[in-house]
Amino acid sequence: MNTLIVSPSPHVHGKESTRKLMGDVVIALLPAVLVSIYFFGLGAIHLVCVSVLSCILFEYLIQKFLLRGKSTVGDMSAIVTGVLLALNLPVCSPWWLIVIGAFVAIGIAKMTFGGLGQNLFNPALVARVVLLVSFPVLMTGTAFHAPETGYIFGTESFVRGSLDATSGATPLSFVKEQLAQGVSVQQVMELPGLSYTQLLFASMGGSAGEISAVALLLGFIYLLFRRVIKPWISLSVLITVFVFAGILWLADSTKFTDPVFNVLGGGVILGAFFMATDYVTSPMTTKGQIIFGVGIGVITVLIRAFGAYPEGVSFAILIMNATVPLLNRIQPKRFAVEAQKK
Amino acid sequence: MRTFRMGGVHPADKKISQNAQIEKLPVPKMVYISMIQHLGAPAVPCVAPGDKVKVGQVIGTPTGFVSAPVHSSVSGTVKSVGMINDLSKRPVNTVVIEVEGDEWLETIDRTDTINRDIVLDQKQIIERIKECGVVGLGGATFPTNVKLSPPPTAKPTCVIINGAECEPYLTSDYRVMMEMPEQVLIGGTIFMKALGVAKCYIGIEENKPEAIKKLSSLAVNYPGIEVVTLKKKYPQGGEKQLIDAVIGKKVPSQGLPVDTGAVVQNVGTAFAVYEAVQKNKPLFEGIMTVTGDCSKQQRNFVHRVGTPLSFIMDYCGGVPEDAAKIISGGPMMGKAVANTDAPTLKGTSSILFLTEAQTKRQPEGNCIRCGKCVEACPMGLEPYLLNKLGRATMTEELEAHHVYDCIECGCCQFTCPAYIPLLDTIRQSKATVMKIMRSRNSK
Amino acid sequence: MNTIIFTIATLSVLGLLLAIVLYIIAQKFKVEEDPRIDTVEALLPGANCGGCGKAGCRAFAEAAVKEGLTSLFCPVGGNAVMQAVAQALGQTIEDKAPQIAVLRCSGSCSNRKKTNVYDGISSCAAIASLYGGETDCLFGCLGKGDCEAVCQFGAIKVNQQTGLPEVDQDKCTACGACVKACPKLLLELRNKGPKDRRIYVACRNKEKGAVARKGCLVACIGCGKCAKECAFEAITVETNLAYIDYTKCRMCRKCVAVCPTGAIHEVNFPPRVAAVKPATEASVSASASEAAKQAVPVQKEEKKVEIPVQKQ
Repeated sequence: MNTLIVSPSPHVHGKESTRKLMGDVVIALLPAVLVSIYFFGLGAIHLVCVSVLSCILFEYLIQKFLLRGKSTVGDMSAIVTGVLLALNLPVCSPWWLIVIGAFVAIGIAKMTFGGLGQNLFNPALVARVVLLVSFPVLMTGTAFHAPETGYIFGTESFVRGSLDATSGATPLSFVKEQLAQGVSVQQVMELPGLSYTQLLFASMGGSAGEISAVALLLGFIYLLFRRVIKPWISLSVLITVFVFAGILWLADSTKFTDPVFNVLGGGVILGAFFMATDYVTSPMTTKGQIIFGVGIGVITVLIRAFGAYPEGVSFAILIMNATVPLLNRIQPKRFAVEAQKK
Repeated sequence: MRTFRMGGVHPADKKISQNAQIEKLPVPKMVYISMIQHLGAPAVPCVAPGDKVKVGQVIGTPTGFVSAPVHSSVSGTVKSVGMINDLSKRPVNTVVIEVEGDEWLETIDRTDTINRDIVLDQKQIIERIKECGVVGLGGATFPTNVKLSPPPTAKPTCVIINGAECEPYLTSDYRVMMEMPEQVLIGGTIFMKALGVAKCYIGIEENKPEAIKKLSSLAVNYPGIEVVTLKKKYPQGGEKQLIDAVIGKKVPSQGLPVDTGAVVQNVGTAFAVYEAVQKNKPLFEGIMTVTGDCSKQQRNFVHRVGTPLSFIMDYCGGVPEDAAKIISGGPMMGKAVANTDAPTLKGTSSILFLTEAQTKRQPEGNCIRCGKCVEACPMGLEPYLLNKLGRATMTEELEAHHVYDCIECGCCQFTCPAYIPLLDTIRQSKATVMKIMRSRNSK
Repeated sequence: MNTIIFTIATLSVLGLLLAIVLYIIAQKFKVEEDPRIDTVEALLPGANCGGCGKAGCRAFAEAAVKEGLTSLFCPVGGNAVMQAVAQALGQTIEDKAPQIAVLRCSGSCSNRKKTNVYDGISSCAAIASLYGGETDCLFGCLGKGDCEAVCQFGAIKVNQQTGLPEVDQDKCTACGACVKACPKLLLELRNKGPKDRRIYVACRNKEKGAVARKGCLVACIGCGKCAKECAFEAITVETNLAYIDYTKCRMCRKCVAVCPTGAIHEVNFPPRVAAVKPATEASVSASASEAAKQAVPVQKEEKKVEIPVQKQ
């Protein structure tokens, strides 16, 4: 006679597990990683490997020696953080910068709060912002000065061609710089390297993940197809950025860049598809998710248009991360309403 | 195609026993007829050891309004009356009968003819259903006559017959619809007459096209009956969800389903009501499925109430070697069997064998706040939050988040990627909160 | 210089004004409260455990001042605190026998075979609401430690070896939280007994003897031998289960000796004369209280008792 298992219902479980979900996110990020490897070669491989390995290592060490719990490396969340961090850094970042980033992401932003599921802020973004504030030169563009370091090859002529003209800045910082010098938007946009097709398929600068919007879109579609995420956050971010930037552009098209450029340039796509949709740091209900997305969009455009930084997606997502506990107080619509008192 | 408005999950269908015809299960040597066959007050045995009983004879009389009589399912001698453990190993007052022959009460019509004319009037129908001990066979085993006598404030407008059978594996309702379609339709007509309504819907999920076809083609002869095809989604067969799916009305929180005007009855109940009203046959037989991926046989049976589960399992080739869990009912809401010697009840719908790989719970991980439970909850609750509050026993907060709305369908736990036993905790919290609310209301 | 003087002057005037306002408000909204409530509260242990039946120590103090001490007892503080409170209130009360939580089940893993595996949340209440439990004894301990979880004093720990909770008699304050938490009603508050010695039936199985024994080797089978043996009418047998009234028990230990299954436990008694070598006997009888203190680990003492009984 078999020894029977007895448990309360339900007796079966769906096919999903944390590990599988995280695996799906890694798969969805692969196109973006591959594109950056295609354009930057060894540099991108170096970046991704160092980032992922150091994230795993920090998670393992902290879990083992500080929290003294069971190892949680197996749930693959550290790999996701590692890849996302890599995509948020410039390709030629030195190894120590990546390791510091991994330490900030895993050690400070994630494990301090109690590990997976407990953190308030998106670990990869916290790392990016900490690095951006601490090492502004390394984090913005200058790395692209250096075709001679050997990091950039493969499509050398294309990249180098734009490098000459733009001094290797990201499109956004470049535009901001030019605008500060009194050049009008129309004139800036006519400079090489800023056409929509280039932004869509392979923009010339920025962090590894901002290279190709199409690659990110592919990953996003995969996530939607696998029902890993719902589209509400991403859509509301994109639409808000488009609409809000569009309003500013219509108001004064010499001072503000056009909405399409705002959506395609910089980190909006990466942020909307992969950073803002992070389960842990986004709201639970559809209503909350839409408010969250709109908030990110508005803050992003505000920072871009009026702030000191050329890019505001990271800050916008982190700011909205802080509102998630509040947004989670929005209760979903109940099925059953209270019976009317007779 | 219609379905309920929010939540739900899609467990694998697994209707592997759906083509097995309903067979008559042999009568065992000894039956154990429990006095708790229904929701409400247990019946009281009215026989003593040594008494001779016939098939269909009353052996337990109801106590109170929400209760039902219990009939003998065999003929023979009463061996004993006393506490016998049920499938959850809880002692239940049980009448044990040693089987001798198979002598039925003469009043029962045992012919195969289908009696289409309903001669009884409204009052007589309800009285007959009560006498025959018919209870809801969809799972809750609520006495049917009580459901057919709604409070005077409620105004029933339609009957909904539940043929959704949204639980994976189970096929007994499907077989009933396939083999006794006319009886089900007559049962529906009886419900309409008993409630004085003119409309009856039969809700069937799309994964049973044969049944939909069969019932639709026959339903033209039965005025007022309409077959509704429903999208396949669990928990479509839940009373509240089915009403929403079929007529688009929401049962109010803590209200009665009849507040929406709909009275829901299971397909099996419709058949039982047909037998009670048209054939004068009390409910002492049930239709059940023996199934499971590892099960040696896939069969559907008519069993006599009180047959030990072990007898049925032996008849189907014994417990499979790799079966780790036996479930009475479906895998989403059924009860795990702790005592295989326990007898079947009126509402027993299946014996389901699951392997360890299918059913063993994985170690619980951290909540990653993915919101999948919120999305899956058909009642619009926040299971992750209820789980957290429940573990901290914050009863006031739990009540504020409507834990009492939970229908214990298990969608949240089914879908949780971190394998958190959400429903386990919520069920406990719900019981605690309901207790507090009841004591407050009684003050 | 002028600035400094001006600043000091402004602040002083402001401070004065606000102080007056505060004073007026404090006077106006003053809540009249018996000062003795504070005195009593200060005397209480401040555990806020609810063991006295009140919401917390403050509620206890209020009740003590308003209604007197006749129906109140602080189990955590015990007689010492109660006497102090009585003194503060100018009342006299009698000492109450100190109590302790006792587990009335000895169905350890070796005594009680598991017949199925529970696979759900680790909660006795959840198991109890689901089914009869992992063993064939429907009355015994479920071993998931609901009692441990509610104990504020760390006095109950589930021993993973035996699967049963153990009460640390030094830490237990008899607040009764575990008694309420146990869904099988296995914990009982009993008098601590003279020299911490206790005799009790460690079983609540109400099944008939054969069924009870099948589920558990050390179940009370309701044979009634103990009741016959008891000279003080302390033992009653009802529905196949013996119960020892601790107010009547005189600790003669005769029932322990006759129990055929070893369901009756004796705690903190010196080893039986027959089982002990004469050499150690002198030291035992010389100072019984010393011996009792040496034998503080309850489970060890219990094992010593159980082993010879099981061999019978």
